[in-house]
Amino acid sequence: MMLSVEHLNAFYGGSQALREVSLAVGAGEVLCLFGRNGAGKSTTLKAVMGLVQAGGSVRLAGRELSALAAHEVARLGIGYVPQGRRLFAELTVAENLEIGLMARRAPGRSSPDSAQIKADVLALFPPLAPRLGQPSGTLSGGEQQMLAMARALCLEPSVLLLDEPTEGLMPSMIATIREVITELRARGVAILLVEQRVEAVLPVADRVAFIENGRIREVVGVEQLRAAPQLWQRYVGVGAED
Amino acid sequence: MNFAPFLFLASLEGLVQAAVLCLTAVGLSLVFGVMRVVNVAHGEFFMLGAVLAWWLASLTPGHAAFGFALALVIAPALVGAVALAADRLILKRLDYRPEATIVATIGLLYVIQQTALLTFGPDARPVEAPFYFRVQFPWFGYSGHKLLVVAAAAAVLLAAWYVIAKTRIGLVMRATRFDRDTARAFGINVHRVYAAVFAVGAMFAAVGAVLVVPVRQAHYLMGLDPLLLSFIVVIIGGLGSIRGTVVAAILIGFSDGLISVFFSPTLAKMASTLLVALVLVFKPQGLFAVQSR
Repeated sequence: MMLSVEHLNAFYGGSQALREVSLAVGAGEVLCLFGRNGAGKSTTLKAVMGLVQAGGSVRLAGRELSALAAHEVARLGIGYVPQGRRLFAELTVAENLEIGLMARRAPGRSSPDSAQIKADVLALFPPLAPRLGQPSGTLSGGEQQMLAMARALCLEPSVLLLDEPTEGLMPSMIATIREVITELRARGVAILLVEQRVEAVLPVADRVAFIENGRIREVVGVEQLRAAPQLWQRYVGVGAED
Repeated sequence: MNFAPFLFLASLEGLVQAAVLCLTAVGLSLVFGVMRVVNVAHGEFFMLGAVLAWWLASLTPGHAAFGFALALVIAPALVGAVALAADRLILKRLDYRPEATIVATIGLLYVIQQTALLTFGPDARPVEAPFYFRVQFPWFGYSGHKLLVVAAAAAVLLAAWYVIAKTRIGLVMRATRFDRDTARAFGINVHRVYAAVFAVGAMFAAVGAVLVVPVRQAHYLMGLDPLLLSFIVVIIGGLGSIRGTVVAAILIGFSDGLISVFFSPTLAKMASTLLVALVLVFKPQGLFAVQSR
């Protein structure tokens, strides 16, 4: 597996946010993590990144990451698209991309061709190309989401963590995000995706994990899930077609 | 009475004051902006710069310019090293928590101040100006060294602007300032950035001190005034805003110079403090507030 997470436990003060969370995502696979608000979805991604202290094991292509700081995890090739995009709003589009490219230049990985990486990323998100000099805080919501993904892709990640990538987006933009996810999956990127809008990302998912009260309850294939719609009701509180 | 020569002289004095204040306050603003640390010991880095300048100048034989040039390079470097050690030994261990670092830097203030007293003594020490020449204006001649202070401060500030706005180092600093967690998630070693910024912030104060010490003398209690004025400037300019800090430093420096010449230095400090109070009442975020997450 490209990314494997075993027995993750995380705490916010005295409250346990993750309980023995175990997941695995293979190269070219999209695993969607669904759950209600506060179930531990975003915390799982933060724990993988090292942004939240957690006990347990996180491995990238067999290499243990749990003792590493967040910046070291990123440099090894884990791209992160946080909830709410968290762009560096005062920086321009080009500068946000440069931040991603700088992480890609870290020692320990092959020497990158930054211009080519940038061109590839902009090819995935053409609306960003004419806006390179614009402060990212002035972009529309959809463009900001594209930039958040583009910034993470500048790392040429082998694993991509996406936290609610369709949040607040129009249907046409959601379709674009889905196309990019499909393209990345075809390129062999392992994608762990957290989402509340089931219908938005199910078409690109390979497997689905349900998380409740910080604990993984079920991990099922998409086809298996379509045959068992009661799972949606139980863990997310909506029907698959809602 | 012809008013113009007095006004011109006051403006020149204000310009010198503004130049030194710019350097000191930009250091403080940089540290707060990037690290969210209110460095109460900042004035002591200024004092340390001046004291080290005296020490280095007194060790250097020959023309005073050699000692001054040596001090201008070595003193800020030594002050930067002290700041780096303070960051590693104190601030990092406190995880840069704002409340804890205020208390810690108050302690650091006294440690540096009392160490200076113990090693350097209680007397004020003069440092010889690197050269004596007067720039002749229509009404009077003016110290060439003071004009050099203004030019050197402007050069340092321009270089700082270039690094922050145009280089990758500056980009990393701006990203860290805006959102520490996201910066970490993109490979930025935030602790290393903090250490560098704390050292550079202290070095700014030290450069200001070395430049101005031939005019003011070195003394172990001289850090208080620059600290107070820097806080005034940083609050007026907007916490963390370098542009606001420079504008406010020029405003306060000039008003301080003008009021000191025409009235008294005490009244000048009162006016600055009143201005801070007005800013806090009517625009508490400062004149040029910056956004951060």
